[in-house]
Amino acid sequence: MAAPVLRWLCPGRRWAFARTGGCSYHRRGVPTASTSSGKRGQSSVAQQSLITAQEPRKGDREWAAVVGLEIHAQISSNSKLFSGSQVHFAAPPNSLVSFFDASLPGTLPVLNRRCVEAAVMTGLALDCRINKKSLFDRKHYFYADLPAGYQITQQRLPIAVDGSLAYSVCVGKKRGQAVARTVRVRQIQLEQDSGKSLHDDLRSQTLVDLNRAGVGLLEVVLEPDMSCGEEAAAAVRELQLILQALGTSRAIMAEGQLRVDANISVHHPGEPLGVRTEVKNLNSARFLARAIDYEIQRQISELENGGEILNETRSFDYKLGCTMPMRDKEGKQDYRFMPEPNLPPLLLYDSASLPAGADPQQVINIDQIREQLPELPSVTREKLVQRYGMLPEHSFALLNEVGLLEFFQNVMKETRAEPKKVTSWVLNTFLGFLKQQNLAVSESPVTPSALAELLNLVERKAISSSAAKQVFEELWRSEGKTPAQIVAEKQLELMRDDEALEQLCRATMEAHPQVVMDLKKGNPRAINKLIGLVRKATLGRADPTAIKDVLERQLSG
Amino acid sequence: MLGWTLREVSAALKQGQITPTELCQKCLSLIKKTKFLNAYITVSEEVALKQAEESEKRYKKGHSLGDLDGIPIAVKDNFSTSGIETTCASNMLKGYVPPYNATVVQKLLDQGALLMGKTNLDEFAMGSGSTDGIFGPVKNPWSFSEQYRKKRKQKSHGEKEDSDWLITGGSSGGSAAAVSAFTCFAALGSDTGGSTRNPAAHCGVVGLKPSYGLVSRHGLIPLVNSMDVPGILTRCVDDAAIVLGILAGHDPKDSTTVQDPVKPFVLPSLTDVSKLCVGIPKEYLAPELSSEVRSLWSKAANLFESEGAKVIEVSLPHTSFSIVCYHVLCTSEVASNMARFDGLEYGHRCDIDLSTEAMYAATRREGFNDVKL
Repeated sequence: MAAPVLRWLCPGRRWAFARTGGCSYHRRGVPTASTSSGKRGQSSVAQQSLITAQEPRKGDREWAAVVGLEIHAQISSNSKLFSGSQVHFAAPPNSLVSFFDASLPGTLPVLNRRCVEAAVMTGLALDCRINKKSLFDRKHYFYADLPAGYQITQQRLPIAVDGSLAYSVCVGKKRGQAVARTVRVRQIQLEQDSGKSLHDDLRSQTLVDLNRAGVGLLEVVLEPDMSCGEEAAAAVRELQLILQALGTSRAIMAEGQLRVDANISVHHPGEPLGVRTEVKNLNSARFLARAIDYEIQRQISELENGGEILNETRSFDYKLGCTMPMRDKEGKQDYRFMPEPNLPPLLLYDSASLPAGADPQQVINIDQIREQLPELPSVTREKLVQRYGMLPEHSFALLNEVGLLEFFQNVMKETRAEPKKVTSWVLNTFLGFLKQQNLAVSESPVTPSALAELLNLVERKAISSSAAKQVFEELWRSEGKTPAQIVAEKQLELMRDDEALEQLCRATMEAHPQVVMDLKKGNPRAINKLIGLVRKATLGRADPTAIKDVLERQLSG
Repeated sequence: MLGWTLREVSAALKQGQITPTELCQKCLSLIKKTKFLNAYITVSEEVALKQAEESEKRYKKGHSLGDLDGIPIAVKDNFSTSGIETTCASNMLKGYVPPYNATVVQKLLDQGALLMGKTNLDEFAMGSGSTDGIFGPVKNPWSFSEQYRKKRKQKSHGEKEDSDWLITGGSSGGSAAAVSAFTCFAALGSDTGGSTRNPAAHCGVVGLKPSYGLVSRHGLIPLVNSMDVPGILTRCVDDAAIVLGILAGHDPKDSTTVQDPVKPFVLPSLTDVSKLCVGIPKEYLAPELSSEVRSLWSKAANLFESEGAKVIEVSLPHTSFSIVCYHVLCTSEVASNMARFDGLEYGHRCDIDLSTEAMYAATRREGFNDVKL
């Protein structure tokens, strides 16, 4: 994008006040009258409309972006939200459709208990207030993948409200430092998923698969507290990890189990919020940040060029890398919300309000669910930091890959090596190899035991750490061999013979008098050269630190 | 025998005075004879005879299922019946054969009842005359009574006899006519704003609207989900009580049914009404009430009073708002419930395939009728 360098600050919400030609702007953005007259570039600011910036100077004033998200997560349950048909990914078309899902007349919804529990668990994990009474509504629109002509959702009174989601973004030049952020959760509601429409343009027809129709969804609405694509992506990632830790959703974006709609607007700091657009159906983790950032840039460009932003729905074209307007809007969609008459209000209890003698199968106790909540990722990370003295960034990295934490913990169980060393090996070497070959942790040819054994060899100083890297490479390539075997095969044992080492050092120094002279003159790099030479002579089997000790001793003595 | 009560017929079947097959044949032939009433949309002759056969086997072994075993019944055509066409008297569902039974239908079948057929109604149960279905109007059996024929002869000369008939009321007119004409012993109707009670009154039979939540609506093609109930039409109150006893109770498939267990009940024989207190809402004495109805009402009230019951005036102050609220709720829920009829999964589908929207519009225009409020 050949956009001018538009000063848009991200991540973060603090911004400096903009100054233009001596006119100072108060937080509200209104310049003082005396200074605005006579200066052509500024008179426009005085009449500035709330939505567009007329005749601004390009690149002069700073922009702030505001991003809110609506996240749909498919609930991990055996059957659908209101019917008994099963939930499976990639089943043959229309093989998981009950009479209710097909909207056969006379069929009625029956609420799935597991879905309600999932909603309560998620609400508790996000610090929400669980509404002890919540209601179901019908949202009407005509579409081929919505058999009943309406979706059952919770519009008036959702099951959970007023929570917060804590996440981290990496800041700093090298993006090495993790900074904590929070985004408010407006609400969590239960609703039905729709079926799938496959458009066959060749034959001018649409094929409808209702397998997904009626699957339970949790819609998590995040307030517009985020300011760029990176923050939004980080928040979504954290939510994903939370849902996976709870088991309430597998939240795999590639399988359509987590879908994100973003509400985006831009404005000048200190001024009211701009018109927002909705970018729908962001289904890829990779493109989430990109799509949002594109839209922010598009809006800024549009406004800086004197255009205006329409309150419209757009979609992200992955191939072209841009957002396009979506629905053809002849006026706003009227969903004709109506209470769902076939479902009585959903009543939840806590230990205090639980009616005596209530059938436990028929009631949900919020306190009980709270007690049984699995450990949340933030807690797991904190424990890692406390227990192993790990850097927070590393704890993030360990939780960011499926199975990696377990791998790490299994290695820790079988080795006495320092946690820092294990962390480094797991996050750098092990993960590096995985990523290179695009493997999941579960597909790793190296087991935790093997890595632990290798680290123990290093710990005992049986081999050097550089030798260990060679062993690791071999482990990765040839299954079945143990580290010890590989060390023996490649003769990588560290030289133990101090006598021999002393001799070698002396011999090397004698063979390279020039280098020794450089060293004595005070050239710091000479020592490394010497060490390198000795190492070569030992065929890499001597520990560089040991070599250095011997050389230094010999030189001084 | 066709005019007997349920208990009487049931006893006769048990004693072997008549077999279910014979009973079934009698009803079937009467249905054929009274075809001009247009009470039935579908007559399920084969199904009924097969059920009669099964019932007969049970009676021979002495293992009857209960009071309804072998008894012919009819079901309004807005209840789903597995394998039997269910049309709601609309082009939209002409040819639609449901794959499942409504809960109330299943309960009757589980008791061994014989399903004679699906009865006529106002299209989608919207109406109070049973005149607006695509299969034509239902004629009130009383149109062909001695009384009415005499009256007709006096009034009309040269007018076509065909056009001079009385409506059954609605929307469960077919069920009411079927029961009134003795073609079955009980029939299922539905009641949203009087659709069971209205035709019952017109046809001189008992029409019972159970309290909302008492009887399952699963399988009843809905008009207004928050007001619909399956209704019961019989020729005497005792029979209605028997059928209610079978149908009432919580259904896990219908979340709006009451959870409390329903105890079987028997109507007490009321010979002493002195302990009874009868209330008459004063707001019901509307100025639009016909003098004939008012006098009948007084007659009933006087009857109770003369037998020793207490008859007092009560007040239902929101009565005047009821019809207005009903219309608001009715129109919203009906629009919502009709949204599913798009021709995609079942029912009528037009020939247009230009676009989904064009297909929806044409299907719904062809399938639906006009609503006469």
